[in-house]
Amino acid sequence: MEGNLAIIGYGLSAIGPGIGIGLIFAAYVAGVARQPEVRGVLQTIAILGFVLCEQLAIFGIALAFVFSG
Amino acid sequence: MTTEVSAAEEFVPPSAPDFWQPLVGDGAFALTRSMVVMVLVTIGLAVVMMLVTRRLAVVPGRGQFRLEGMYGLVRNSIGRDIIGSAHFKPYIPLLFTLFTLILVNNLMGIIPPIQFPTMSRIGFPLALALGVYVVYLVAGVRRRGIGGFLKNLVPSGLPLFVVPVVFVLELVTFLITRPVTLTLRLFGNMFAGHILLLLFALGGEFLLLHGDGLLKLVSIPAFLMFFLFSAFEILIAFLQAYVFILLASIYIAEVYADDH
Repeated sequence: MEGNLAIIGYGLSAIGPGIGIGLIFAAYVAGVARQPEVRGVLQTIAILGFVLCEQLAIFGIALAFVFSG
Repeated sequence: MTTEVSAAEEFVPPSAPDFWQPLVGDGAFALTRSMVVMVLVTIGLAVVMMLVTRRLAVVPGRGQFRLEGMYGLVRNSIGRDIIGSAHFKPYIPLLFTLFTLILVNNLMGIIPPIQFPTMSRIGFPLALALGVYVVYLVAGVRRRGIGGFLKNLVPSGLPLFVVPVVFVLELVTFLITRPVTLTLRLFGNMFAGHILLLLFALGGEFLLLHGDGLLKLVSIPAFLMFFLFSAFEILIAFLQAYVFILLASIYIAEVYADDH
């Protein structure tokens, strides 16, 4: 079986952002469920948090391709 | 048996070199596919914008209504709410241009005759991010002067021994981390999304044409996933355009925030 260790590394590194994004949207859903009128404000904050968290995964994929080459 | 012939051929997974597609010439001065898409998108956007805004009416028509909706999103929910009502006006053209340009370029990744996301070549998001970088640095220096700009990096009221550390950290964030993350986020999302689509399409094709027996059936879920992720990419295209200008306006807003 052939493959590349960098891709397994990327899979492992994606766990962190996965948990983080899950927590962010869980908080967003809970917030909107409690106070539907603040949805607009929360949406911007949630997307901002999602983006900052996701960037770790994006760095991971860039580095996975760097190291697999 | 035909299986022996097909087993000899090997599946080549899509990788980074698949995105380097020169049409004319080669090397640093080649005319690549992404350049052509970028030029087409720019011309298309300019034509559509000019046609729609040529005859503006108080009661908007269909095209004007849609364009106004998009403009309203950028102007009100991003520009005004984040930069603040006192200073947001000069930045609206920049934000709106970035939003439409990135959105349409990202959508080109799934629109059939083209199907190539421009932003999956890192040069394009890099240029856009450098534009934003220059804007927020120049705005910051113009507002406070270089000394004030540097001084404003450190929040007031910190203990003296922490100040140098925080200063270096903030300077690195300002000068290096921000443009790099802005670039890599857009690039990484479009690159990863498109490589996933390539993987499902090429994998499905390989399984269908070269798979043995029942393996041919596995190509059906592969193609289904291709369609599913194409739809998902529409969401990503919009989200990435939104996020790019959201972060750009947050960086610009920091210039005008009086407390840190």
